[in-house]
Amino acid sequence: MTNWIDIAALVDIPVQGARLIRARTGCVALFRTHDDRVFALDDRCPHKGGPLSEGIVAGHTVACPLHAWVFDLNTGRAQGADAGTVATYPARIENGRVLVGSAIINRRPAPVPAG
Amino acid sequence: MEKLVVIGAGMASGRMLEHLTEAGAPYQITLFNAEPRGNYNRIMLSPVLSGEKTYEEIVTHDDAWYAKRGITTRFGEHVVGIDRARKVVVGQRGEVAYDRLVIATGSAPFMIPVAGRDLPGVVAYRDLDDTNTMIAAARPGAEAVVIGGGLLGLEAAAGLQMRGMKVTVIHLMGHLMERQLDASAGHLLQKTLEARGITVHCKGATKAILGEKRAEAVLLEDGTVYGADLVVMAVGIRPETRLANDAGIEVERGITVDDRMLTSDPAIFALGECVEHRGQLFGLVAPLYDQAKVLAATLMGADAAFQPVQTATKLKVTGCDLFSAGDFAEGPGREDIVFRDPGRGLYKRLVLEGDRLVGAVMYGDTADGNWFFGLIKDRTDISEMRETLIFGPAFQGGATVDPMAAVAALPPDAEICGCNGVCKGRIMEAVAGGADTLDKIRATTKASNSCGTCTGLVQQVMALTLGEAPAEAPAGMCGCTDLSHEDVRRLIKSRGLKSMPAVMQECGWTTPDGCAKCRPALNYYLLSDWPLDYRDDRQARFVNERNHANIQKDGSYSVVPRMWGGVTTPAELRAIADAAEKYDVPMVKVTGGQRIDLLGVRKEDLPAIWADLNAAGMVSGHAYSKGLRTVKTCVGKEFCRFGTQDSTGLGVRLEKLMWGSWTPHKVKLGVSGCPRNCAEATCKDIGVVCVDSGFQISVAGAAGMEVRETELLATVATEDEAVELIAAFTQAYRENARYLDRAYKWVAKVGLDWVKAQVVDDLENRRALSDRFDLSQSVYRKDPWAEHAKPGARDEFAPLADMQLEAAE
Ligand code: SRM
Ligand SMILES: Cc1cc2nc3c(=O)[nH]c(=O)nc-3n(C[C@H](O)[C@H](O)[C@H](O)COP(=O)(O)OP(=O)(O)OC[C@H]3O[C@@H](n4cnc5c(N)ncnc54)[C@H](O)[C@@H]3O)c2cc1C
Ligand code: SF4
Ligand code: FES
Repeated sequence: MTNWIDIAALVDIPVQGARLIRARTGCVALFRTHDDRVFALDDRCPHKGGPLSEGIVAGHTVACPLHAWVFDLNTGRAQGADAGTVATYPARIENGRVLVGSAIINRRPAPVPAG
Repeated sequence: MEKLVVIGAGMASGRMLEHLTEAGAPYQITLFNAEPRGNYNRIMLSPVLSGEKTYEEIVTHDDAWYAKRGITTRFGEHVVGIDRARKVVVGQRGEVAYDRLVIATGSAPFMIPVAGRDLPGVVAYRDLDDTNTMIAAARPGAEAVVIGGGLLGLEAAAGLQMRGMKVTVIHLMGHLMERQLDASAGHLLQKTLEARGITVHCKGATKAILGEKRAEAVLLEDGTVYGADLVVMAVGIRPETRLANDAGIEVERGITVDDRMLTSDPAIFALGECVEHRGQLFGLVAPLYDQAKVLAATLMGADAAFQPVQTATKLKVTGCDLFSAGDFAEGPGREDIVFRDPGRGLYKRLVLEGDRLVGAVMYGDTADGNWFFGLIKDRTDISEMRETLIFGPAFQGGATVDPMAAVAALPPDAEICGCNGVCKGRIMEAVAGGADTLDKIRATTKASNSCGTCTGLVQQVMALTLGEAPAEAPAGMCGCTDLSHEDVRRLIKSRGLKSMPAVMQECGWTTPDGCAKCRPALNYYLLSDWPLDYRDDRQARFVNERNHANIQKDGSYSVVPRMWGGVTTPAELRAIADAAEKYDVPMVKVTGGQRIDLLGVRKEDLPAIWADLNAAGMVSGHAYSKGLRTVKTCVGKEFCRFGTQDSTGLGVRLEKLMWGSWTPHKVKLGVSGCPRNCAEATCKDIGVVCVDSGFQISVAGAAGMEVRETELLATVATEDEAVELIAAFTQAYRENARYLDRAYKWVAKVGLDWVKAQVVDDLENRRALSDRFDLSQSVYRKDPWAEHAKPGARDEFAPLADMQLEAAE
């Protein structure tokens, strides 16, 4: 069973934008999409560590700000020709609050980026 | 006979009682209701509010109905407690014992906790009393503010407007009914409501309701004030669980029930909006009616299990034809089919998962809504009809339809281009007459020349006539549209499109909210064309422009304050040095643009370092923007023995005029005091070389990936002329270039002669361009650092939460 942590109000995250959660072993990016869904992913691009929370969010994707790899927020998988996956965590909205699975506290360090 | 007590005479319990009494179940029933009346069709309150129906017409169970079924009614009486040990329900006027109890208390409107919410004149929208309060307040010409642009809020707004009130809807989110609609459908809905005279304010957060003795106005966080004789709060509902809570029955967000509608107490059941079933809450009647059926069966000892079904939403506002069903979020393995007809204001979006339809949103023409809803509910395999699915059941002939064959079957007088009224026959004639490319067809028939959404169809007609595909397909600006940058720019202006959803709808975007390629471009086009109307969308900006600093490879940022014309002072240098020390800046570097770069600043420190630099009189250098960067100068005649004019002074003047402006790509200037050109002015986007007789202004240079010498635009005699010409050139570039074309690329495309005709020869046009540049600058010549360093605005730069100290479980 997922234990949920209340992080913030939904309105604290800009629509089509993201905010950061700082966890012990690195940061988690909390995205809010145009249709008011929320997604939690490691804030670290598997390419060269770019902060995904700073990318442009479109549909349910985010484009990494450093070299524009595009990731599916649902699966964390890179789209198109690029290969790589970002860890995802459960996140949901309840009464205007954003809840994230407590897994983010115990998450293991993100793998060392390749290349 | 067993005693059955029901708390709440609403739509759910009403339906349950119908099932129970029809089957003649042997219960002695007592029905409590807080409202002083029995069950009525709550969802029809909106037509009552608008005056299209009366209360009498929406009553479902009158006194006779209850009497005939032997139901004891205690209307207008609140139940105040449940004593589970003694199995009695405590009403305001006495106790009633039960063998079985049903809680059906519905939900309570959520009131946002702002100052003034208790003033008279502030109402929720839940029951007949609320409706009557609104009707009483609805004097023609009086003002109403509805807080909440969801289903309820909009029905209230439309009803009040029909009663002659001046209505404003305040909505927190970016578009109306965001839970049921995507941005495009929300845009169309807003357009319809505005056309009726309802004001819609999205992204509006209510700060307070103002008034002495009663509500007089609503104040928003952004400072806007709307006068209000009546304030309707329709921001949401929460399950009415107080009784259950007090009685110690298990409650999560709603009263927890199992598939049989049984609560944690074996004698107590619950149904309706007050329950939570497997983590889900309910807000529409369809699933509640299923619950009613299940609970009636359970109470009669039969086996039944509740399974939530998909729900569809329609808005009961005459003239607003919208429909939404299923799940229309994007997801892995999900695909969208989008159809837009800007001419008729239509929008349809289907969401597919594999071979199934999982969601549908439509606006303007919802005739096929129920057919799509059926496909969703039945999980029909749609692979056979995929090509034509979006056109609805009329197009499903059984055999797979070939779109080419469909076009071939069209009669010659079938309209192909709605904007220009061009029919199939006319296009075929033009092709026969030699128009074998899309451009020629556009030139001869005007087909596909306006909104461009018929381009595909036009090409099919051409291919049919030619027997092959036409020569070239137009290059779309990105995967979301076939329209080119130029087409989109033209349509934004000619159609007066002033928001991103408006562009995406009216230009027929095939995605719901664009992509990382088109959004920054559209944001630029909109702010460049409508400086006074359009509000910059930070989320459509690339990281550097969003954060007003250049991101570094390690995620830190660089900070470059403006140094007008490369001139600084000891005090500024001291402030830069202090900031570098205070924020542990790892590197301080002189840039190639005549100023100083503080590299490696942490994101959360940005607002503070900006505030420090602001305090010393410095502003952002926009070293990160598609906008004015630097104006490089040399020392000029004030000091240099060869200088012919005050090149430093002119450079500073130009930078002060142009800073903060957004342009299709970056813009750099150089001003040299003489042809020795120490400021390297002839490899800038705009260069000025001073000579004895005046100023040689040249444009379209660069020294990056391509090195280009500028070309002479004109030589002018005075500094004022030079400034006006440069502003006009910049504005012509801003208005005409495609996003990410540097000035040299744009000039190569349109030709230097065209540019000269615009800004050199036509003095009136030069003045007009320069005036438009000034107008835009009246909005954009401001320091973004100062804005984001304000205490309230700083939060965005800090993490939302810090879990580092959170205990590991
Ligand atoms: C800081 C600076 C280098 C320096 O240490 O001197 C610099 C740094 C960057 N330049 Fe530059 N350019 C800098 C002067 C120049 C110059 C020289 C000049 O302006 O006189 C040029 C050649 C002149 C020109 O622009 O034509 C220059 C041509 C480029 C280009 C190629 C542009 C082109 O159209 O070909 C890029 C790439 C781009 O913009 O797409 C670029 C992009 C960049 C970016 C923004 C790359 C990026 O997107 O992250 C670099 C940011 C580094 C950082 O982390 O801060 N930089 N860059 C200079 C800042 C000037 C300033 O005060 O604002
Ligand atoms: C204006 C409006 C328009 C709507 N339009 C639609 C629509 O188009 N489509 C749709 O599907 N749904 C619509 N809905 C929602 C729909 O009306 C509700 O889902 C439905 O009424 C919920 O039924 P219920 O029986 O759970 O609660 P209710 O119908 O709210 O009934 C609960 C009753 O319990 C009473 N009660 C509460 N506490 C106590 C207590 N302690 N003691 C005694 N009595 C108590 C209340 O007074 C109330 O009468 C609309 C709602 C409103 C207000
Ligand atoms: S030349 Fe410019 S873009 Fe390239 S490394 Fe140097 S600063 Fe960065
Ligand atoms: S670091 Fe993300 S794309 Fe390179």
